[in-house]
Order: sequence, then C-alpha cells, then structure tokens
Amino acid sequence: MPDLSTNLAGIQSPNPFWLASAPPTNSGEQVQRAFDAGWGGAVWKTLGNPIVNVSSRLGSVDYGDRRMIGLNNIELITDRPLDVNLREIAEVKKRYPKHAVVVSLMFDTRDEWREAIRRSEDTGCDGLELNFGCPHGMCERGMGSAVGQEPKVLEELVRWVMDVANVPVIAKLTPNVSHIEDPALAAVRGGASALSLINTVQSVMGVDLDRLVPLPRVGNLSTHGGLCGPAVKPIALRMVGVLARDPRVTVPISGIGGISTWRDAAEFLALGATNVQVCTAVMHHGYRIVEDLIDGLDAYLASKEMKSVSELVGRATPAFVEWGELDLNHHVVAKIDAATCIGCQLCHVACHDGAHQCIHLPGTPAHAGHVAPMAKFAAERARAANPASPYRVPWVDETECVGCNLCALVCPVEGCITMVEQRRASAKDTWHDRMATGRDHVPGGLKDLR
Amino acid sequence: MNAKPVPTSPALPAGRLEEQFADKAPLYTSSEALAEASRCLYCFDAPCMRACPTHIDVATFIRKIGSGNVKGSARTILDANLLGASCSRACPVEVLCEGACVYTGWGRKPIAIGRLQRFAMARGASPELLPRAPRTGKSVGLVGAGPASLACAAKLVLFGHDAVVYEKGTLPGGLDVSGIAPYKLDAESALDEVRFLLALGVELRTRVEIGKDVQPAELLAKHDALFLGPGLGADSRLPIPGADGAGVFGAVEWIARMKLDPQLSIAGVTHAAVLGGGNTALDVVREFAQLGVPNVRLVYRRGESELPAYAHEWSAAKKEGVQLVPNAVATEIVLEQGRAKALKLARAHDGKPTAEALPALDADLVVFAIGQARLAEFAARFPDVRTTKEGRIETDASGRTANARIWAGGDARNGGMEVVNAVAEGQDAARAIDAELRAGGVTRGS
Ligand SMILES: Cc1cc2nc3c(=O)[nH]c(=O)nc-3n(C[C@H](O)[C@H](O)[C@H](O)COP(=O)(O)OP(=O)(O)OC[C@H]3O[C@@H](n4cnc5c(N)ncnc54)[C@H](O)[C@@H]3O)c2cc1C
Ligand SMILES: Cc1cc2nc3c(=O)[nH]c(=O)nc-3n(C[C@H](O)[C@H](O)[C@H](O)COP(=O)(O)O)c2cc1C
Ligand code: SF4
Ligand code: SF4
Ligand code: SF4
Repeated sequence: MPDLSTNLAGIQSPNPFWLASAPPTNSGEQVQRAFDAGWGGAVWKTLGNPIVNVSSRLGSVDYGDRRMIGLNNIELITDRPLDVNLREIAEVKKRYPKHAVVVSLMFDTRDEWREAIRRSEDTGCDGLELNFGCPHGMCERGMGSAVGQEPKVLEELVRWVMDVANVPVIAKLTPNVSHIEDPALAAVRGGASALSLINTVQSVMGVDLDRLVPLPRVGNLSTHGGLCGPAVKPIALRMVGVLARDPRVTVPISGIGGISTWRDAAEFLALGATNVQVCTAVMHHGYRIVEDLIDGLDAYLASKEMKSVSELVGRATPAFVEWGELDLNHHVVAKIDAATCIGCQLCHVACHDGAHQCIHLPGTPAHAGHVAPMAKFAAERARAANPASPYRVPWVDETECVGCNLCALVCPVEGCITMVEQRRASAKDTWHDRMATGRDHVPGGLKDLR
Repeated sequence: MNAKPVPTSPALPAGRLEEQFADKAPLYTSSEALAEASRCLYCFDAPCMRACPTHIDVATFIRKIGSGNVKGSARTILDANLLGASCSRACPVEVLCEGACVYTGWGRKPIAIGRLQRFAMARGASPELLPRAPRTGKSVGLVGAGPASLACAAKLVLFGHDAVVYEKGTLPGGLDVSGIAPYKLDAESALDEVRFLLALGVELRTRVEIGKDVQPAELLAKHDALFLGPGLGADSRLPIPGADGAGVFGAVEWIARMKLDPQLSIAGVTHAAVLGGGNTALDVVREFAQLGVPNVRLVYRRGESELPAYAHEWSAAKKEGVQLVPNAVATEIVLEQGRAKALKLARAHDGKPTAEALPALDADLVVFAIGQARLAEFAARFPDVRTTKEGRIETDASGRTANARIWAGGDARNGGMEVVNAVAEGQDAARAIDAELRAGGVTRGS
C-alpha cells in the first residue's frame, strides 16, 4: 500500500487531503466528523474580528443536468465568537493529535495579528494560514485580497507574522491578480513557510431576468462574489504549475480550487502541489467523498508503482513549459474509426464551421484547401482518403487537418477519433530555436505587403 | 467423499438450449457506464442502498465508476455483497434498488444500477480487493453450494476460518447456476463467480448428499459450526392423471435441463402450457416464448390482476406473445403413446376448481410451476433444528437455529426469495458465526 502521509513545511498529516478554510470547517463538531470520515487535515474557517453576514450568500452555475459546476459566495469570515472557535480548535487538536489542524487568520493591525497568533498557537494547532484571498467584503475593509493584490503590503504583513510565529505559516493567495508570481514571491521574501492557492475568483453568477437584479440576490441588490468549484480548476492548476516550476519559489505549495475527485487531486500533486485542499465538493456532497479520494489515489499510485504521494509531487512540472519551448514539428492528424462511428456528424460540423474545413461528409469531395494550396487535386484526395465510405461516416482530409483536436473533443464515442502523430520533420524545432537562429520570420505579415 | 476440482471456464458442454438466448441487458462499454454513472445524484443515505437487501453503497460505487476508480467501485460492492456479479444480473431491480431510486419517484428513468454494478464487477473485481484476517484454525461445514452457503463460506474464509461446502449435485452454485432465466444470467457466468469465490479458499465437495452420503452427526464432529443452505426441495406436481407422462416437467427441473443439459430439445413443440402464476411460472413461459414456441399459455387459477408474479415480468411476457388462461385448473394431462397431447381444464372460482369443464388445450409440453417442496424432513435430522409450519428452518435474526452450533439461511430459511436475500442471510450468519467462534462459544464435538 502506498504511503499517503504528507509533510507540508513541517505540518504532518496522514494523507494529502485537507479541508479548505470555509463552511465545512466552521466548527469543532464538523471537523471531528470530517476527521472520522478520513480527512487528513483541516484549515479552520478564517478567524478575525466579528463580522455580520448577509443572507442569501451563495449562487451557482449549472451545466445541463449537472448542478453546481461553479459555486459563488459572498460570505465573509467566521461569524462565531473567537473564544468559542479557539476552544474548539484546542479540543479537536487534543483528540486528533495526528491530524493537521491549521488556523486561518485575517486581522488588520500589527497588534491584532500578534495577539491572534499567540492565542492561536495556544490551541496547539499545527500551523497558521494567512487569508490574503477573500475577494469580497473583507477587501473593502483593507483586508483579504486587498492585501493579496499589493505585494509590498503582503510582504510586510508576512514579516509581522513571521516575527512572532512559532509554527509553520502558509500564505493563501488570491487569483485575482495579473501575475500570480508577484504576491507569491512577496510572501516568500516575507518568510512564509508555504503557499496555498487559489482562493475564489471574482464573479457575478447571473442576472435574475424578471427582477433585473444580479445573483445571488440580497433583497433587490447584489454584489460580486468569489467563484470556486470544478469551473475554477483549470485556473487554479495553471497558477499552481507556474509557481511550482519557478525556481524562485522555494517553499511548498498547497493546491486548492475545484478539486472533487482523486483525479483532480492527483493532477494538482503532479503539477507540484505537496497536498490539496477541498471546499466546494464537500459543500456539495459531504465529507464522505474523502473515501474515494483516498481509495482512488491509493490505487493510482499503486498502478504506477509509486510508493508514496511524494513520488508523484511535481512529476509533471518539467513538462509544463512556455509556448516557445514546444516542438513546431510535432504534428497530429485526426483519424475516424468507421467501425465505431455512430454517424452523428458532429465532427464534420465542428471542423467545418469552427476549425479548418477538413472533415467532409461521405460522397463529398474535399475543398481546394488552404494549407496545401492546390498541391493535390481535391477529388484525388477524397478518393485516397476513404474509398468505400460507410453510411454517414465522415472522412478526414489529412492534408488539410491542422491537428487541433476539436473533432476528437466533440465526438461522443470514446476512442472513435484518434489523433495520430505524423511529424513534419524528425528534428525538434521550437520558436525559441527559430528566434535564436534568425528564422522567426513567417511569410504573410505586414512586412510582406509592403 | 471426493474433493473435486472445479473445472475452468468453459465447463459446460455446447448445444444447450440456454445458448440460444440473447442477453437482455448486455455489459456496458466504458463510455456507456460513464454516461449512466454521471446521471446518478450521489444521494445521501441513498434509498437505493436501503432497498438493497445486502445494503450495497450504491451511490458510492457509482461515483467511483464516474471517477474512473473501477477497482474501488468493485471493492465497495464486494464489501457488502460477495455475489455482486450475479446479483447485478439476477436481482429484480425494478422492485429493489432501481424501484427505490429517486428518479423513479420523480417519474424519470431510474439509474441502471444493475447494469452499472455488472460493469464494475466485470471490469474491477479481483480477489486481492478483499482483506483477509489471519487463519484461526476453526472450521465450518456448509450444506448445499447455493448462493446462501457460498456467500457464508467466502465471508468465513475472509474472516480466517476454514469453510467446507458439501453439495449433493455435480455442479456448485445452486439455483444461481441452474435456475436463473438465461436472458438475465447464463450458467457459465454464474459458474465464473463460483470460481472466484472458491479461489478465495472455500473448499468444495460435490456429489455428497448430507443425510445420505454423510450424516449430520459426522459433520457436527468434524466442524466447529454448521450452516444449512439446502434451498427448497423438488418441484411440486398436481396429483392428476398423466402427470408422470413424457413431456411433463417440474419447472425447476425443466429450467435446469434447459440451462445445463445438451440432450434436452424442444424440436417439434408447438403448444406449451405452464401451470402456475408466480415468478417461476413467468420465467418458464418467457423462456418458451423466446425459444420460439408458437403457442405459449399460462394456466392460472385466478384472474390476471391477481397474478403473484412481478407486474414487470407479466407485462414483458405479454409483449412476447404469452397468453393467459385465467381462472382455470388442470384436471388431466391427456397422453398419446405416453406423451403429453392435451390439457383438460376445470373452471376455477376464487382459485378453487368447480365442476364446470373448460375446453381442453392442445399441449405437447406441460410444466408444473406451482412451488417446491420444503425440507422439513431434512432439517429434522439435525438435533434441535426445528421448522415452522410452512416448512422453513426456524432461526433467530442472525440465522442461528435452536442448536447453538447450527445456522441456516437462504430459501430454506426464508421460504424462497431471491439470490440477493440468500446472500444477505449467508453473510449475516457468517458474521454471527465468526463472533461466536472468536468468543470461543462453539467448538467441535460440543
Ligand atoms: C426458476 C427459478 C428462477 C429464479 N429466478 C431468480 C431470479 O431471476 N433472480 C433472483 O434473485 N432469484 C431467483 N430465484 C431464486 C433464487 O434462485 C434462490 O432464492 C436462491 O438460489 C436461493 O439460494 P440458496 O443458497 O438458499 O438455495 P439454492 O440455490 O437452492 O441452493 C441449494 C443447494 O443445496 C444443495 N443441497 C440441497 N440439499 C442438500 C443436501 N442434503 N446435501 C448437499 N447438498 C444439498 C442443492 O443441490 C443446491 O445446490 C429463482 C428461483 C427459481 C426456482
Ligand atoms: C462559502 C465559502 C466561504 C469561504 N470562506 C473562506 C474563508 O473564510 N477563508 C478562506 O481562506 N477561504 C474561504 N473560502 C475559499 C475556499 O477555502 C477555497 O479556497 C475555494 O473555495 C476554492 O476551493 P474549491 O474549489 O475546492 O471550493 C470560502 C469558500 C466558500 C465557498
Ligand atoms: S442548506 Fe441548510 S442553511 Fe443553507 S439554506 Fe438550505 S437549509 Fe438553510
Ligand atoms: S463525431 Fe464521431 S461518431 Fe460522430 S460522425 Fe464524427 S466520428 Fe462519427
Ligand atoms: S437513488 Fe438513484 S440517483 Fe440516488 S444515489 Fe441511488 S442510484 Fe443514484
């Protein structure tokens, strides 16, 4: 059995699955049930000076029959008294010594931060997370993402914390910035022990078209909120990957954003996260999902003959490069398997209207072509492509196919369209290579018009 | 006693009638399974799970199919039901899990739980998914190799005990192998599952009839505890003239031969009559209809609305062309040169025959599907084992009889339900036996 235990900057946990700071970690009763269900750690719902929340608070994006592929909230930090939270944190830590209990904090003045850190550490917690991410409400008061978007302020604040903190400190970043490296490096300079990202993405969920008020609606008004859930996973993965491959980021990363299954988690780990945090999937389905997270990751690691989670961490990072490093001679073309094709012709319409007009209906000849201008006669290509085309099966004009993948993405039949490698040349050639050797002129631009 | 090795697949001879049937719900492809799994709402405290007699955590195994964790999905199934493969095909899901699915109540098509379960088991099940306790050296003897005993034996082996199953027939599997309608589950697939269970370490002795070849006292001396899973007895027949003619069968006997015996042929049969109205009768008429017998009649002593069989089975049988002869009771099977030729009928009122004769039916094949005998006599051979007046073996909730070393389960205990009930009872008994063996409560010879 692979070893699932993880160590994030000195914070140990029995597995890489933590609950993110959010409603699932509101109270001690909840966190204990979560640990009983199998979660390895929990970041407590952010503590701060008392606030008042609005009702309603959540909105969602649905897709077809699937509910809540994106969730948006306008909730603030904890609305429970500090002393109650602190007492419960201490109790949970005492009962679950092997689990990671992390306290999330958001305060204003230096004195407040000092006092909050001292009191948090008194609970016996394993670490602190600094909430620089909340993108609504708190930022209007100069906290949360207001800090996360100002690298100088963020660095200063991390320094204040590091001056007094005795346990590892995680800086939680907001994705609502143009360069995630800026706040990340500021946190590293300030001395943070680890980074966690992403917090939620600023969003408006929709508009009630009868009342003409945006959603979620509080009376007859609304405000922007923070988006999370499956919809934000690609955004979060990129940000985690960009920081993981940056040699200046010398601290470990806790990956957050849209993780619902063990696959999502494995992807974050492979791109460089040391562990992961989950919020929306638990808000949707409950703590019980952790069973499949553990079981699935366990089976995956075993199938790849990896003995521990740490063997997976960062395994895909070297393959995540800038565009200029990609091989321009790598070329693929679509192949349709006539035996499994159901004849829906979605590939044809997608390619015809949305790509490069190279998938044709049976019995129709190829177009003159853009890529190979009249190099071969269209009718001849049609014959060569699929001489005895069965009922409704489209055919691919390989000369014209640019290898974009669109047809394979829309095809409803698993494995029916495959992208087959047909290199343009055996040697590798990247854009960076071309720039370095003065071959970066592509004919057809403004220069050639002159 | 001969410990016969179980032959490897395919063990059954070719040329059996069963091979002519099409699978009514074939194995899903991966993408079909994924599409169906993604419809499941992953209900909390899911009603499908509650409706399953073995309480498989349906919502979780379906979610695991959706996440691509098919092995984990099979583990979730096996944790609750060691015969999850044949149950996925034999279970009357319409009245169990799928009937309880929230989509059904919503007026929409329920999740195809049976088919998803079949997919997960076919693609994901393997013996190493099942954790085993260290060997205890305790031994349990089990009577009959049907689903009840096999489930009990496999569970006991996983708990670390030795389990020896005694079967009077030549093949293991009980009615799971010899009785399920072939368009649901074929005998070869059912045997594959038996092989899977035996591979866990269950010991099988075939051609050993307890009470005849080996006596109960011998078993009690040899094993620490016993489990009785002999199922029900032989088919009942009406004591009418002609009932012993050629072309007259008991239902269970006919089905077993149709599934297993390449000698059985229905060539030339044009009129089949099945007497009864329960699920076994419905299986037989549907089997005749699907085998292409031109006239298939179900002769039942009450009206259509009173048929005890599942409504979904009767509506399928009607679509297949089966005709009901309601309110009728057979009085004689007319034989010609010893072979069935026609069926004489009396009108029935309120299920009971009257003096009024009904027109006779042509019938060159007649099948009695009016129930199976109970095994009161068999049970009585075991000290302190008692039966109810309906002939069921009497036990407490864990399946324990009045003899503290003997448990029972399956059709012999519940009077004849489904495979999944037999599995549930066998597993429950295994848990109770394990607890007793560990507590030192029962031992050999005590
Ligand atoms: C025609 C028919 C169709 C059915 N269709 C379905 C269906 O579609 N779905 C479903 O879920 N259920 C179905 N059932 C019910 C299901 O088959 C039974 O509920 C289930 O097999 C009971 O399991 P069991 O282990 O209790 O008994 P059985 O399956 O009857 O097994 C008992 C075994 O014990 C052996 N045995 C008996 N006495 C002795 C002895 N003295 N010594 C040694 N061995 C002995 C027998 O040979 C047999 O192998 C059907 C039943 C019938 C009759
Ligand atoms: C209702 C709600 C409240 C949240 N509150 C906090 C909070 O108090 N502190 C914090 O750091 N993040 C908070 N978050 C953000 C989550 O911790 C997490 O970063 C985000 O939801 C992305 O992860 P996910 O896609 O798994 O939900 C909240 C999210 C939601 C939906
Ligand atoms: S989920 Fe619970 S708290 Fe939220 S609106 Fe519904 S009942 Fe109220
Ligand atoms: S989308 Fe796939 S199945 Fe449909 S026509 Fe194209 S190749 Fe065939
Ligand atoms: S009741 Fe239906 S939808 Fe709900 S978990 Fe069970 S199978 Fe899925």
